[in-house]
Amino acid sequence: MDLTLKIWRQANVDEDGKIVNYSISDVSPDMSFLEMMDMHNEQLINKGEDPVAFDHDCREGICGMCSMFINGEAHGPDRLVTTCQLHMRKFKDGDTIVIEPFRANAFPVIKDLAVDRSAFDRIQQAGGFISVNTSGNTQDANAIPIEKHDADKAFDAATCIGCGACVASCKNASAMLFVSAKVSQYSLLPQGKVEATDRVLNMVKQMDEEGFGNCTNTGACEVECPKGISLENVARMNSEYLYASLKG
Amino acid sequence: MIKTSIARKVAMALSGLFLILFLGQHFTINITSVFSEKTFNMLSHFMGNNPLVQFILQPILIFGVIFHFIMGFVLQIKNTKARKQNYESFKGNSNSSWISRNMILSGIVILSFLGLHFYDFWVPEINYKYVEFLPNDPDRYYIELVHKFHSPIRVLIYCLSFVFLGLHLLHGFSSSFQSVGMNNKYTNGIKFLTVAFSIFVPVGFIFIAIFHHLNVVN
Amino acid sequence: MKLNKVKIRYRKNSNGTTSIRLNYFGGYSYENGIKKALRLIRTLPDHLITNPNTEKDKLKNIHLKEQALIIASDWEKNLLLKKNESSFKKNNFFSNLNSKIPDGPLADKWTNHKSKINLVSPANKRSIDIIVVGTGLAGASASATLAELGYNVKTFCFQDSPRRAHSIAAQGGINAAKNYQGDGDSTYRLFYDTIKGGDYRSREANVYRLAEVSTNIIDQCVAQGVPFARDYGGLLDNRSFGGVLVSRTFYAKGQTGQQLLLGAYSAMNRQIARGKIKMYNRHEMMDLVLVNGKARGIIARNLVNGEIERHSAHAVVIASGGYGNVFFLSTNAMGSNVSASWKIHKRGAHFCNPCYTQIHPTCIPVSGEHQSKLTLMSESLRNDGRIWVPKKLEDVKAIKSGELKPTDLNENDRDYYLERRYPAFGNLVPRDVASRAAKERCDAGFGVNKTGEAVYLDFAAAITRYGKEQALVKGQDENDPILVKKLGQEVVRAKYGNLFQMYEKIVDQNPYETPMMIYPAVHYTMGGVWVDYNLMTSIPGCYAIGEANFSDHGANRLGASALMQGLADGYFVLPYTIGDYLSDDIRTGPISTDTPEFESAEKEVKNRIDSLINNKGKNSVDFYHKKLGKIMWDKCGMSRNTKGLKEAMIEIKKLREDFYKNVSVPGSSSEFNEQLAKAGRVADFLELGELFAKDALERTESCGGHFREESQTPEGEALRDDKNFSFSSAWEYNGEPSKAKLHKEQLKFEAIEVKTRSYK
Repeated sequence: MDLTLKIWRQANVDEDGKIVNYSISDVSPDMSFLEMMDMHNEQLINKGEDPVAFDHDCREGICGMCSMFINGEAHGPDRLVTTCQLHMRKFKDGDTIVIEPFRANAFPVIKDLAVDRSAFDRIQQAGGFISVNTSGNTQDANAIPIEKHDADKAFDAATCIGCGACVASCKNASAMLFVSAKVSQYSLLPQGKVEATDRVLNMVKQMDEEGFGNCTNTGACEVECPKGISLENVARMNSEYLYASLKG
Repeated sequence: MIKTSIARKVAMALSGLFLILFLGQHFTINITSVFSEKTFNMLSHFMGNNPLVQFILQPILIFGVIFHFIMGFVLQIKNTKARKQNYESFKGNSNSSWISRNMILSGIVILSFLGLHFYDFWVPEINYKYVEFLPNDPDRYYIELVHKFHSPIRVLIYCLSFVFLGLHLLHGFSSSFQSVGMNNKYTNGIKFLTVAFSIFVPVGFIFIAIFHHLNVVN
Repeated sequence: MKLNKVKIRYRKNSNGTTSIRLNYFGGYSYENGIKKALRLIRTLPDHLITNPNTEKDKLKNIHLKEQALIIASDWEKNLLLKKNESSFKKNNFFSNLNSKIPDGPLADKWTNHKSKINLVSPANKRSIDIIVVGTGLAGASASATLAELGYNVKTFCFQDSPRRAHSIAAQGGINAAKNYQGDGDSTYRLFYDTIKGGDYRSREANVYRLAEVSTNIIDQCVAQGVPFARDYGGLLDNRSFGGVLVSRTFYAKGQTGQQLLLGAYSAMNRQIARGKIKMYNRHEMMDLVLVNGKARGIIARNLVNGEIERHSAHAVVIASGGYGNVFFLSTNAMGSNVSASWKIHKRGAHFCNPCYTQIHPTCIPVSGEHQSKLTLMSESLRNDGRIWVPKKLEDVKAIKSGELKPTDLNENDRDYYLERRYPAFGNLVPRDVASRAAKERCDAGFGVNKTGEAVYLDFAAAITRYGKEQALVKGQDENDPILVKKLGQEVVRAKYGNLFQMYEKIVDQNPYETPMMIYPAVHYTMGGVWVDYNLMTSIPGCYAIGEANFSDHGANRLGASALMQGLADGYFVLPYTIGDYLSDDIRTGPISTDTPEFESAEKEVKNRIDSLINNKGKNSVDFYHKKLGKIMWDKCGMSRNTKGLKEAMIEIKKLREDFYKNVSVPGSSSEFNEQLAKAGRVADFLELGELFAKDALERTESCGGHFREESQTPEGEALRDDKNFSFSSAWEYNGEPSKAKLHKEQLKFEAIEVKTRSYK
């Protein structure tokens, strides 16, 4: 396949970026998108040009590091995949592909397509944990049975990989889906219920401080989420939050 | 309390739901004008002269409307600010409906319509009752209504606005439930209700407008 | 006064002991026995202080003290060497590898050890800093627990967040001897399975401790909110893994590693919020700094702006994972690297058993030249999938050319080779056995994809079995094949849905309808930095935990044991044992980074980076990495022989020389430069690869993941040589990988009988 790539190039956070056009040929449909980017970078290096910086690590869709906005969609046109699992067979010979970083004020660009998502870490630090000591002197794991339905729901929420596709896809750059996934996971489990009030208040506070937008329920995040995290979690967080703020 | 994003979102939803309730009530009264001039006059007279409605519900309603649109603008400004550098290519249609992303547009259309509507009905009404202190006439409402739908341009504007109202409702109705934290086995029912309500009510309003217009013309 | 006049003399006493005389500054000291002499050397600097009166004298004294310390550490090394040489000649063993295994019966060792080792009081912990490199299961759990105990922790990871570490990709599960299923599991059985699975090449005491703390891990994780799979009664569910006869694996669908890591990450977040952990994201450790022979800090590079930073601490913990990426293609993440382990190796930590590599049998086969990494399909799939190739070569040909579909082949024409060769364990034989069997079939020409390197993993039988079961449960017709298939697929989807989806996305084939194609790929490295029972490396104050160390898995790791080891080391072992060392450090106070040791380490790092950037060669970093990977896979892969290994050593050395001559690293060192970071990592792989081959060459037996063609039974099974190779090979760096010096740690088994490993 021969393709035209329009890639966002930005030297660092302070400088302005722009779209630069490249062409690439002999792309195999069996390649993953990132392998195509590797090939492109190899060609740039051989030409003595600066390769395109992008984040990636596990390349099996679980670490959440890859973060490209491809042809107007987070992680590209395929559903339920991250960029690294997107394959070139989803594109046609002669296509033009626009590749941009995940954009949000809370995700400043580090270079080219790599962005800083430490805002997510800070939200987690605000309350995304259960305050239990790690000494191992806890009660037996089977001491509290958990209804399978709840355990499964908690798991579904917990599969969030923190990639930021929800923020990138949201027209408001809202992080509600990410935050709600963590809030939901813990609020569904008896172990997490104990400090549910503080958790949701603190995490939402931090989320607002990081400069994410407000949720307007467009549902784009749910569609683009590579792990299919449900909007149900956002609703759960809303009610948790309401309850918590009324309770004080 | 309305300082955090979720609080704003809930406030938006609650005011929206309140306006939906009002809309339903407004529609119910208006539709009677098609069937029975007498009933319509009676109901309108009650609404116009009952002190509870006039001095408690009406201010709440006006507050609700103003709150809803001011908050709408505030959210819009904040949300636009959350992404200063825009995408070169953004395919919103692939993951969300146009209307859910453009509530501000349908909202602005509805707001302008409200201006016209107030000018048409509410201002003369207030003028009649509280400025000129004209005598109480329980049978004037129907005539006033029919009179307003004389102009085809006004009818056209009304109809267009109702289309936008329908679109606004199509997202807003079910979205309000999501915002206040309801997403469960009833959600599909609510979604159905949303579609039904946001088609039925605006179409009904359009029907009323055209009905009276044609009546007058004939 | 000149310090170089200080001398050391040895004298053999008539009773066989050694006396040592130290001359210094006109005076001298005599000590009997090496232990006493070493103590003297350590205290030597104190002898220098002699009532200085003027400022000048004081300065002079300080200067002398610094020099004396350097000399003292040199002496210490010399003494150790001398000691080693003499003992080596005597019994062919290096005795300086003190594994510090506690005395007493196996089952009591850990308990006794814990109650005897030195502790640091809570007040003193506040003044002690610990650096942790890496935030996988081991690093994150260790950081969290150390911080919780009160130490000041600085944690480093090269990713943009600690949650990205590659532990997150572990799919199948975590073992624990909970015996919730009541199928006869126990600590001893888990210990036994692990030792046997490791082909009797692991350290007995460490493995027993691992089995012992395994149950705590599950309790801990559940308390942390890890959503393990549960049954309808609300209790934890288990599944079975390769190489064992009980169900002891706890899991969270196919994302167990993710859930456990996020649990450890959340524990870290709690401590970060409390200010007890200072997190350094996007930072790479470039070197270890030794002060007086002790690990006292690291040099790190900020990957965003390229700044070189000095960080000091009272102890350094390496938790940077394994080195599977030396093969270029592996199931490791793109960024996984050996650099932290290799840097401490070059500073004096022994590197142990590098040739023990696990080749995982169920990975998605290579699709072409462009391949950048391999994707694992969890071992749990072997619970329900049957592995086969066609029996006849003509069928293989027809399948390759597309004339025949695998589903068209009837049962009699299929060779379920694992079930045929290993009837007792069948498709659930350990990973090394399953991998070699697949290679054997493919080498014989039965590989089923276009490269001839793939076998089938078939779920049709499981789908039918589950379907019939469901039909019966639901009271529907169990003889209706369409219904049975539908119901069966639902069950399989619930169990392995995400794995099947992943396969379909990558290969573009529907595994519910046609069998999966799989092939072995490099997955895990059992070898690593040598550590003692306390998990301390041969550098005092430097620890290695998780996959980075060598201790628990011997020559082959059983499925679902890596997660167990990472968390055991991090949550329950290291936080105790590190106190034993740090209890001597409570008076040390803050460690300055403004010392010559940090200065010179930083300079070395900067020089290395500059030389890479200024090289301006003609080949990209990946060019070398791919070449190295090919040498490793062809000659140090699933089966190894003398000729290949010797060639590999020469070829890797040549490649390394070429790398330093011709590598091209674009950009500058003061920006976000992925190529530069990668170049540094590949440089270390190019050294490790050679040591890897050397280690494999030295070990002429076959054991676990290490298969020497020269050492096999007539049926082609691995043949161990317990008489000559019942030891761990700890390599000491000696200027160049090929010159590394071997130290042997003899493996003694007290509680277990060493047997031939059989899964037949």
